[in-house]
Amino acid sequence: MIKIINYKAGNAPSVMHAVEKLGLTAQFVSCGEDLAQATHIILPGVGSARATMDSLREMDMLAALDEEIRGKKIPFLGICVGLQILFEHSAEEDTPCLGWLKGRVHKFDSGKVRVPQMGWNEVNFVKSASIPAKKDHFYFVNSYYCRPEDNADIWGVTDYCGEFCSAINRENIYGTQFHVEKSGEAGLALLRTFLEEA
Amino acid sequence: MLTKRLIACFDIIGGNVTKAVQFQDNIYVGAAEELALSMYEKQIDELIFYDVTASAEKRPIDIETVKRVAACVFIPFTVGGGIKTLSDMYEALKAGAEKISVDSMAVRNPDIITQGSKAFGAQCVVLSTQVKRTPSMPSGYEVYIDGARVATGLDGIEWIRRGQELGAGEICLNSIDCDGTCAGYDLELMKKAEAAVSVPLIASGGAGQPEHLRDLFKTTQAQAAIISSMLYSPRLERNFSVEELKEYLTAQGVAVRPMRAE
Repeated sequence: MIKIINYKAGNAPSVMHAVEKLGLTAQFVSCGEDLAQATHIILPGVGSARATMDSLREMDMLAALDEEIRGKKIPFLGICVGLQILFEHSAEEDTPCLGWLKGRVHKFDSGKVRVPQMGWNEVNFVKSASIPAKKDHFYFVNSYYCRPEDNADIWGVTDYCGEFCSAINRENIYGTQFHVEKSGEAGLALLRTFLEEA
Repeated sequence: MLTKRLIACFDIIGGNVTKAVQFQDNIYVGAAEELALSMYEKQIDELIFYDVTASAEKRPIDIETVKRVAACVFIPFTVGGGIKTLSDMYEALKAGAEKISVDSMAVRNPDIITQGSKAFGAQCVVLSTQVKRTPSMPSGYEVYIDGARVATGLDGIEWIRRGQELGAGEICLNSIDCDGTCAGYDLELMKKAEAAVSVPLIASGGAGQPEHLRDLFKTTQAQAAIISSMLYSPRLERNFSVEELKEYLTAQGVAVRPMRAE
């Protein structure tokens, strides 16, 4: 069963709609135990890194996530803030994060570009992950972006007054800074690939 | 490169899309979710849905219509109208909206901007405002509320600057003078706004020809444009498809999300 982590500030219903549009079924989960028997785990992201970390802690989800994703290697997709919290630290409210990937999350410079970045931008997939992905336009809403320490974790890059990492992959762990559930047919296609091939 | 967005804006009354000219004489256009789905299939970049009579009728936003639209479109979707409290915002987000637009209520209770921004993130809170050319105002524009009927005495540019400070993540500026005229956006208004705020700006009011979009994107920093009459208003002699507009803008050197061949 595909499991979608449902927390108050997230947009889990939109992700559910997208999965259903693909003709698949998924289940909302809001506690660690419910993650058992997942075939895929999706962490939607809207809101701040701190609120997301707090929610996961309140739902007593951290240990179970670690066990399922880093232990059992269940395919995982983190979207937007769901990607950012995989790193060690976010500059957003100075928040310590999961640290599954080495690196930190920084803020765009509002002296150079409008912040948040809001709109459709091109993602160029720079490494071949175990699932295929094609260059396309996806929908972004973000003030923060990750800087992985290990270049091998960078799956896709995007230009917003300079190149930033817009998608990550390490083994079974995938993350997109863009919203696959709101990126039209391009997003649905990538979501389908993750759910069918990862 | 971040592309310019074309946004279809729907004024909803009783689950149906209507079209008004300068906030009056609404005429029926179609059922909300049918029009939303059709716009999605035609590859519009974003949708905004205003429940235009919610505030006046003192009722919450039409959540059932929000849900029906959210289930069939997979692009960003903003809703507004009748949003008074944090709980109204949460209900609309839960129903599948990405962003909440606050307008008259934010003038009455600016704290709603801060509350929404703290609870759901600045990117969820769009400050929409209706302004009218008023020479006595410092910027030359005054904020109007309640369907552009009531003058507030607030300066238009000062208000959006304050809105950004309070936590709005995007500003949608509608020119009352240009609204529904199809004679072009108020470019001077957008120039003043871009100098005042650093969050993304949406221009609204006045689009009737593809050239109006070119002029907006070439001469101002607006990142998005609301088009509605030119897409579907039966009052216009000629409507334009999203594809035609994108082809035109691309040829004019404006970066837009390319059409996908499916």
